[in-house]
Amino acid sequence: MNTLFDKIWDRHVVQHVEDGPDQLYIDRLYAHEVTSPQAFAGMRARGLKCFRPDHIYCMPDHNTPTHDQDKPIEDPVSKKQVDTLEQNCRDFGLTHFGMLHPNNGIIHVVGPELGLSLPGMTIVCGDSHTSTHGAMGAVAFGIGTSEVEMVMASQCILQAKPKSMRINVEGQLGKGVTAKDVALYLMSQLSTSGATGYFVEYAGSTVRSLSMEGRLTLCNLSIEMGARGGFIAPDEVTFAYLKGRPNAPQGEAWDKAVAEWSELKSGEDAVFDKELTFRAEDIEPMITYGTNPGMGIGITQQIPAPQNASDEKALKYMQFAGGEPMLGKPVDYVFLGACTNGRIEDFRAFASIVKGRQKAANVTAWLVPGSWRVLDQIKAEGLDKVLTEAGFAIRQPGCSACLAMNDDKIPAGKLAVSTSNRNFEGRQGPGSRTCLASPLVAAAAAVTGFITDPRTLF
Amino acid sequence: MKQPFHIIESTCVPLPLENVDTDQIIPARFLKATDKEGFGENLFRDWRYNADGSPKDFVLNDPTYSGCVLVAGRNFGSGSSREHAAWAIAGYGFRVVISSFFADIHKQNELNNFVLPVVVSEGFLARLFASIDADPKMQVRIDLPNQTVTNLATNESEHFDINGYKKYCLENALDDIDFLVQSKDKIAQWEASQKA
Repeated sequence: MNTLFDKIWDRHVVQHVEDGPDQLYIDRLYAHEVTSPQAFAGMRARGLKCFRPDHIYCMPDHNTPTHDQDKPIEDPVSKKQVDTLEQNCRDFGLTHFGMLHPNNGIIHVVGPELGLSLPGMTIVCGDSHTSTHGAMGAVAFGIGTSEVEMVMASQCILQAKPKSMRINVEGQLGKGVTAKDVALYLMSQLSTSGATGYFVEYAGSTVRSLSMEGRLTLCNLSIEMGARGGFIAPDEVTFAYLKGRPNAPQGEAWDKAVAEWSELKSGEDAVFDKELTFRAEDIEPMITYGTNPGMGIGITQQIPAPQNASDEKALKYMQFAGGEPMLGKPVDYVFLGACTNGRIEDFRAFASIVKGRQKAANVTAWLVPGSWRVLDQIKAEGLDKVLTEAGFAIRQPGCSACLAMNDDKIPAGKLAVSTSNRNFEGRQGPGSRTCLASPLVAAAAAVTGFITDPRTLF
Repeated sequence: MKQPFHIIESTCVPLPLENVDTDQIIPARFLKATDKEGFGENLFRDWRYNADGSPKDFVLNDPTYSGCVLVAGRNFGSGSSREHAAWAIAGYGFRVVISSFFADIHKQNELNNFVLPVVVSEGFLARLFASIDADPKMQVRIDLPNQTVTNLATNESEHFDINGYKKYCLENALDDIDFLVQSKDKIAQWEASQKA
């Protein structure tokens, strides 16, 4: 009761369906090429137009190649899906940022950086990592394609109200410990289903101290604990990030908006269905050893012994054994990018480790900015030079090897340290083995050629 | 896939693994279609087939097991929101998934494709797996009007939850868009109230 989640959700309820869900108004629908074509087809079959086309923003990101984007996509099936989105946007009168458009990038990187995702909004997309936008103080969550069609048709969705959970993280993070490590730590404690059925508010001094990029990373991973979404009450950090963004309110409207947004917080008397508190001091740089994101440990720890058939299957797939250390395992691939860690701060962190060092000969590294704007910023800060001198190349923006729908596939059996969000079997390509970690851990692996504690390289 | 749902009796296909994620149900490289057809062929693709297309030792390749009810370990459908996972399950011919716990988005996606997710207790699930193990031809009965699931080998029965609205939709083959497009006046009213 009286949580920020209640305030935003309840305000958006158009009606409560008797003995059923809430009809929730959606302020922003994002759509990409993978989960939208069947929704558009459904709209056509029913003879419907988009109810509020100006609330909808579309861009391809999953299939986009990360090189030579000025040339036609080689894979005809990927090309068709990307072309279909463009045609659908034309037919339905929607805003579309195509591959070479300066606003293109991973949809969850672009929304915040353009100021399209704002505090107090309801935001959905046919993509589970829509939880990312919760960092702006919005109720943002992933939906299925049928639900994408619902929002196109009515700007509403039918949804049972989730329960609320507050996760407090208190204290100061150690050197080399990032928002990614906080998220991987929370997942290791809660498991991938620990927050299922809940919407999470992240709070506490550690969370408050995170930059906007860090908050986006933390909220991005809410779904990996099973939570429908996660958010952080907006504050001065949020406002400073948003000020001057192309779609953020300007002038008088800005002052009015900030005054309204400043009210967006849980009441002193707020009651959550569940409340958990963790200590920042307990968190070290994290890495996963298994085949779901909850199978993570501190980088200096040993792989736990399997507890059941599912654990055994995971370790067999990863070619690891209980009791082994993660440190020292040879690494074949390093992936920096994704909606989790494809923002400017992530490239700064990676560059801080590789500066003055060289990429290890046994490592193939894919560095993929989350958007063209991120790439521009990398160049403006001269990080491209640092990375190039260390033997790395920067690719063009897109989801890339996070789920390997384009050509960026980790080959079968190869071990990758990835800053992405999922280490499921075959996620980064059939047979690929993924260890999830922060950009610092990824950089340490990239220059040493094996899993390395980045704190030893400072 | 829009079809009314009332009572189903069927043999089961057991998948006693936990945390089955939607990347396993349908790998990302099969998400490139622009329609909903053919996903059933690639259901559990990488557990079902080797890279060369030859079958692996997996329950869907075992003729001992058949039926339109999939029985899975806890936290079924975690991970990606891809509705393609529900299309694959429905396309293969499953009409019910029984588990002790479902991931939120996938559960909703199943319902929106007229596949019924039935949540049972851990004990009921364990005994159901044991019954299937003892006799692969045993059947379960899923009674939507009465919201009960029965292990017909043991006659153990359990109540399952579903909200009244969605139950009505399933029984009458209606979807949410049918409902929403009829409420546009209410939506416009809500929008006007926000500008006030």
